[in-house]
Amino acid sequence: MKDPDKPRKGFSRRGFLRGVSITGGAMGTGLLESAASAETGGAVVGPAAVSITLNINGKLRKVGVEPRETLLDTLRDKLDLTAAKRVCDRGTCGACTVIVNGKAVYGCTVLAIDAQGKQIQTLEGISPAGNPHPLSKAFVNNDAQQCGYCTPGFVVAAKAFLDHNPKPTEEQVNHGLGGNICRCGTYIGVRKAVLEAAGMTAAGGTKNA
Amino acid sequence: MPDYHWPPMDQRRAIGKRVARLDGLQKSTGQAKYNSDLNLPGLLFGVLLTSPHAHARIKSIDTSQAEKLPGVTSLRVIQGAGKELNWQGQEIASVAATTENIARDAVRKIKVEYEVLPHLVKESDLGKAGTRAKAAGEVTTGDPEKAFQEADAVSEGLYAIPVITHCCLESHGQAVEWKPDGVNYYPSTQNLSAIGAELGRSIGVPAAQIHSHMDHVGGGFGSKFPPDLWGAECAQLSKASGGRPVRLFLDRKQELLIAGNRPSLFAKIKAGAKKDGTLTVWQSESWASGGIGGGGLNADALPYVFRNVENRKINHTSVSLNTGSARAWRAPSNQQLSFVTCSALDDLAAKLGMDPLAFFLKNVNLSNRPDVYKYQLEKAADLANWSKLWQGRGASKGPIKRGLGIGVSMWGGLGHDSKCKTTINPDGSVAVELGSQDLGTGTRTCIAQVAAETLGLPIAAIKVTIGDSSLPASGASGGSTTIGGVSASTRKSSVNALQKLFEAVAPQLGGNADQLEAVDGRIQVKGTPSKGLSWREACRKLGVSKIEEMGENVSRTAIRDGLINQGTAGVQIADVSVDVETGKVKVNKLVAVQDCGLVINPKLAESQVYGACIMSICAALLEERITDQQTGRVLNPDMEFYKLAGLADIGDIVVHMDIRPDMDKRGVIGLGEPPAIAGIAAIANAVANASGVRVAGVPLTPYRVLDALGRRTA
Repeated sequence: MKDPDKPRKGFSRRGFLRGVSITGGAMGTGLLESAASAETGGAVVGPAAVSITLNINGKLRKVGVEPRETLLDTLRDKLDLTAAKRVCDRGTCGACTVIVNGKAVYGCTVLAIDAQGKQIQTLEGISPAGNPHPLSKAFVNNDAQQCGYCTPGFVVAAKAFLDHNPKPTEEQVNHGLGGNICRCGTYIGVRKAVLEAAGMTAAGGTKNA
Repeated sequence: MPDYHWPPMDQRRAIGKRVARLDGLQKSTGQAKYNSDLNLPGLLFGVLLTSPHAHARIKSIDTSQAEKLPGVTSLRVIQGAGKELNWQGQEIASVAATTENIARDAVRKIKVEYEVLPHLVKESDLGKAGTRAKAAGEVTTGDPEKAFQEADAVSEGLYAIPVITHCCLESHGQAVEWKPDGVNYYPSTQNLSAIGAELGRSIGVPAAQIHSHMDHVGGGFGSKFPPDLWGAECAQLSKASGGRPVRLFLDRKQELLIAGNRPSLFAKIKAGAKKDGTLTVWQSESWASGGIGGGGLNADALPYVFRNVENRKINHTSVSLNTGSARAWRAPSNQQLSFVTCSALDDLAAKLGMDPLAFFLKNVNLSNRPDVYKYQLEKAADLANWSKLWQGRGASKGPIKRGLGIGVSMWGGLGHDSKCKTTINPDGSVAVELGSQDLGTGTRTCIAQVAAETLGLPIAAIKVTIGDSSLPASGASGGSTTIGGVSASTRKSSVNALQKLFEAVAPQLGGNADQLEAVDGRIQVKGTPSKGLSWREACRKLGVSKIEEMGENVSRTAIRDGLINQGTAGVQIADVSVDVETGKVKVNKLVAVQDCGLVINPKLAESQVYGACIMSICAALLEERITDQQTGRVLNPDMEFYKLAGLADIGDIVVHMDIRPDMDKRGVIGLGEPPAIAGIAAIANAVANASGVRVAGVPLTPYRVLDALGRRTA
């Protein structure tokens, strides 16, 4: 699975980019407009900042956003929720993974205004500092991180993955988390951590071969 | 002088333990703040305008529309009219604004007229490089001509390894706040202690007025040492915006275009050997590029590892390209040298009809550490099940063919200059402070282990602080020099501090300070636990004054102290499957055997090796910066088409740290780079073994594999 599930409806940036790449300049704006208006109920918003309310980690947060602003940038720059990282900024690497209505999505491919009325979970809510999620602990036990920049995205993606597939095989982990990229090369640890958190393997990491 | 030597292997209580990284939970809960995460009060966003052309002259630049945009606080022209741009991505202007979107809008409103000039962005065909190619080194030893005449087998081939980019997940950049009384600098760097002074030089501010801070860095791999032009620009934007902080990090495209890459290497190699496998002669003509500055190479370093071959004729050519400049890449030059050398030797073994394992073993005497390579080759072969699985080149049956291949590596890894301060407080708490950085290698954790070992305390009792320019200076994390530097300085400062504590409590314990030891949270007369004090009781004797002691590692003279050393060897063996119908290569297993002297934390050390192996798989199968000579552009400056491996792409990785007592005795040696060298060669050789043909270049994409097999139809 290259891409985590994304919202089916809505005017996502990824959808927009794909539309452009498939149809090139021949595409009129009508379809995009109708897609956008279907989502926003026909009201035209922007281009100036508008005030919206987002449900993040169970709390309602009011925030001013430009309609073109991604959920990721809103979280990071406006709400100081910086666990999700901006890396590729084009829906490829998974470092910005958050959970929206129970599904892992790339925060850089969702517009903040499209996330209104949805349940948004970030790593800060999933694994608070005082009460870390078992996955966060399993990532430590199995040294599934080095520089750590991809780690929050991996932990969130792994949570959504295990929510849908609580007893995965190693093969399923490999494919289920295929939408996240690590540059330091922590995959051996990630694999073990996810299996450990799923209760599929004993803790304790590795042995010198 | 106090005895700084490491305790014997069997008496260590903290060093050598599989301790989980101390900042692990901070990272895996998202609490760890990288400097790209900083939302400083009043933050502005900086964005660069960069060149779309590989080579052009700026005819005119008009910033008036951009400057008028509400929200823009400052705009600076870096390269004005008349200036020549020499690569795509070269910086032209910078903008700061109240939001990132406004800054990007402003950049789009800057009107630049370019005179596009001729460019060269491809070096694969040396014949097309013309005047851009320059001779860059020649070595001849022995009598190569005669040796070729006398050789029983001669093999010839072309081997190519392309430019790849660092692609750090946290892009290069920083936040800077230029206040009247000084500059607060928050870089993403491998060089925290020294980078502030470097920035100061470029913006005309004394180092004493620059405060640099960084808790975490999202990847560097050799590309994050200097403040860079964008560091100075970010500072100037802050100044021009009344001292408000500006955060400027490269976007992904810029990161891949201008924030570092590993030079290519192309080599036409001819090598000869005797019937028994003895390598007798090496001849290579190579060329490389790392951007506008060309691609130099130490010609005398060939053949890699087996350099003591008697007859050598080597020449190297450097090609200047209109592409972003190379930077140090996790073991500079060594991946390329290992790849071309091991590929050519593997082909020579095939020509002799000899098992490459036997061939490499036969020639270990040509290396500087024959016994170590012999041990490691045999160990790796054992772990890869070589004797059972290896078949002659191309002998594997069926459409999916399996093969094995070998790569070797060497590295230095001597610890850098490092100063450390250990503080023992009267309440018993301990602080260890140094201006180092933890790239994710586990530096923090290893420092704590060294201090805990020295002071006889649990690791949790040590508070380690790194990442601030106010701390004692420690070297840049490059060349695998960090672990040696910081472990030696931490050991010394902690031994020195402990000595002071011994002196403070010796009278009460009725002995001489030299007769005391710190074990399991107690200070006691050596070997007599009954004559002792708990750590806290002992520290209470300090009254109101804490102990603050320094320790220093001086790289130049470090080896004679006996704590650290240099020189590592590594062998990797790949086990691959090649689908000769689709050209798809799968790494079934990559075995890495690596020495690095005394291992402070085997768990973290293994992670370094795992990571390096995975990077090698990326470089062997997927990674390549692709340029287009027609347009001068890089075609894949993104993470969709610049391919990195995912979880499903890596197969099994088997790591064996060579920690035999003789290795341990050498002291601590750096590990970051050594395991990142041999894997590419190992995988390429395994593919040759499986498929029966040598694919001339990596990455071993289906296109290239099918091409080599003569089976490509589209």
